[in-house]
Amino acid sequence: MTANSTLGKDLTGLEHMTPEQIRLILDTAEPFKEVSERPIKKVPALRGKTIVNLFFEASTRTRISFEFAEKRLSADTVNVAATGSSVSKGETLVDTAKNLEAMRIDMVVIRHGSSGAAEFLGNRIASNVINAGDGKHEHPTQALLDLLTIRDKHGKIQGLKVCLVGDVLHSRVARSNIWGLSKLGAEVAVCGPWTLLPRGIEELGVKVFSRVEEAIEWADVLNVLRLQLERMEKGFIPSLREYYRVFGVTPERLERANREITIMHPGPMNRGVEIDSRVADGPHSVILDQVTNGVAVRMAVLYLLAGGRAELADAAKRGAGSSE
Amino acid sequence: MTQPILLQGGRVIDPGKDLDQAMDVLIQDGKIAAVGRGLGTPDGAIVRNMSGRIVTPGLVDLHVHLREPGNEDEETVASGARAAAAGGFTAICAMPNTDPVTDNQAAVGFIVRQSDRAGLARVHPVGAVSIGQKGERLAEFGEMVSAGAVAVSDDGKPVVSSHLMRTALEYARTFSIPVADHCEDPTLASGGVMHEGLVAARLGLKGIPAAAEEIMVARDVLLAELTGGHVHLCHMSTRGSVAIIREAKERGINVTAEVTPHHLTLTEYACEEYDTHAKMNPPLREAADVAALRGALQDGVIDCIASDHAPHAYDEKEAAFDDAPFGVVGLETAFAVAHTELVESGIFTLPELIRRMSTEPARVFRLGGGTLAAGSVADVSVFDCAAKWSVDPAAFHSKSRNTPFAGRALTGRAVLTIVAGSIVHEL
Repeated sequence: MTANSTLGKDLTGLEHMTPEQIRLILDTAEPFKEVSERPIKKVPALRGKTIVNLFFEASTRTRISFEFAEKRLSADTVNVAATGSSVSKGETLVDTAKNLEAMRIDMVVIRHGSSGAAEFLGNRIASNVINAGDGKHEHPTQALLDLLTIRDKHGKIQGLKVCLVGDVLHSRVARSNIWGLSKLGAEVAVCGPWTLLPRGIEELGVKVFSRVEEAIEWADVLNVLRLQLERMEKGFIPSLREYYRVFGVTPERLERANREITIMHPGPMNRGVEIDSRVADGPHSVILDQVTNGVAVRMAVLYLLAGGRAELADAAKRGAGSSE
Repeated sequence: MTQPILLQGGRVIDPGKDLDQAMDVLIQDGKIAAVGRGLGTPDGAIVRNMSGRIVTPGLVDLHVHLREPGNEDEETVASGARAAAAGGFTAICAMPNTDPVTDNQAAVGFIVRQSDRAGLARVHPVGAVSIGQKGERLAEFGEMVSAGAVAVSDDGKPVVSSHLMRTALEYARTFSIPVADHCEDPTLASGGVMHEGLVAARLGLKGIPAAAEEIMVARDVLLAELTGGHVHLCHMSTRGSVAIIREAKERGINVTAEVTPHHLTLTEYACEEYDTHAKMNPPLREAADVAALRGALQDGVIDCIASDHAPHAYDEKEAAFDDAPFGVVGLETAFAVAHTELVESGIFTLPELIRRMSTEPARVFRLGGGTLAAGSVADVSVFDCAAKWSVDPAAFHSKSRNTPFAGRALTGRAVLTIVAGSIVHEL
């Protein structure tokens, strides 16, 4: 094992991770997939560990996925939903960090509306911090589960052409995907109206398509991003109707490519806006596989950050039957 | 009467007279009495051997935020004036975005009285352009000027209404004061927290495009041309602004401009790792902007350096980047940062730097000072330009510590500051 194969204290993003670290997480996730297929879905790997799921923003899928991952590893978990607080966010975050530290918890899974919030927390407490989405910055476990799903489907990531379609500007999923995919050797593109692409995006080493037809022509995999409805209210696009007509991923557009293109979506979907239902539910969609893989990837991240080693992933799996 | 002061044998730099020679400076009755060689010592004079030291007209800062009244825990007139003196400034201009806003003669008079009471660096009040800085109705420029205001500004905010800006420029002509504008198109800058560019794209932070500043710079230049008023452009940050000002000055429009030490030395990369001490408005921009700003300062397109000293409490900056306030302190690092980055590196000569930090700012706001001419007010600074020190925010005289230069090794330090013939700082 190489010296940089451990993950360090926190998982705040993929930008500063090495390809080896990312591969380690994906490889460690493999044995954990099977745990969720058992009648008794539990291994003792994190028994006695306490984990706080600190969600300053509403989340259903990510929070539940983390919670399942934690419970299937036998950790003790507490959920804190801090939405709707009238206290300014910064103050809440500092105080929360100090209070958590005082309670001697082992790990914090944080989602926060401000970019950099996970790093901010990680720099101030000794516990492991896992970023479950910070503002428009990163959502590393989402990108990891996307990578795992692509690898499952194609048997590799190196050399694949992956295009992120839609609201890249406001998307933490897009940023984490760009880093993760590039580090594992995929070719990465983004596609969307210029109002929803960050300035300077080309300098991150990605191709840019302003027409979805061109993206479809090019890509092996389309990862279709959620278009938040408030984007229209804020004037980034004129209407959802036009967005669907210009950027919607539809069967008609895909047919023209005349080859199989894998369809992904981080959810929750706006059917009939960024993606047509016939595509989302079609034969090449791996959208539900992404959800399934989410639990395994998060188990791997929790396990590795808690000090677990890659070799032990198998042992943890084998030990499960006798322990519960 | 204060004691006479004789500064013997320092390297005396007075850019206004192109003077740069080893000489004595004699101060009597609050005025510069004489500058020359081998001056005699009057009875009872304080004598300081200045050999190896640089003696200059006191530095002048056209742009500081003192938080009094309203947020005295962050800064007061007295603590700001103390920080200024320690940084080699003999005069600073306090922006009116206090709480309540300094938008009337009583509020202006309060700043003047607090400054007199402190007896440190002179604090010149800047009055608000509009009542409450709301951008609606003009404040009473005439009364504020008679109470001591040296300029008007809604700084912290731009003057959004072009009509109000036009009126302000015209009305300010009556009193021969500049209108200082914080150039920012609020609809373009809305929600932005750093420069719109590659670093913001990576960090997932909303950017403020260079055009947000440049649109207002262009508008202000056009309104200055229309009205003949004097517009002073605060804290310029982009190469595009430099180009607009250059062209305006070539056309003879009455425009002056300032740049901060941080915009002359740091780029958007200082925001990496979400360092809230690199969050200021306008934001730190790109290397090409820094190069253009340095060039503009050198050839006078930008007239002077101003610190935009903006104190904030520890708690406020100890937050996620989006949530932290804009602004950094600068009074105690401005000279050393500029000296280290511009003079030590060979880009500017020392007299050029003193011109941009003393002579020119004094001229731009018509403050007096900025000169060592006999008979002028004895505002004098002395620097040890060989002194090496490292920035320790805990040692600041300012009540706030929010600097992007913490730990930075700098060269050059104010060792003696004299205001109106009295020593207000000595190391």
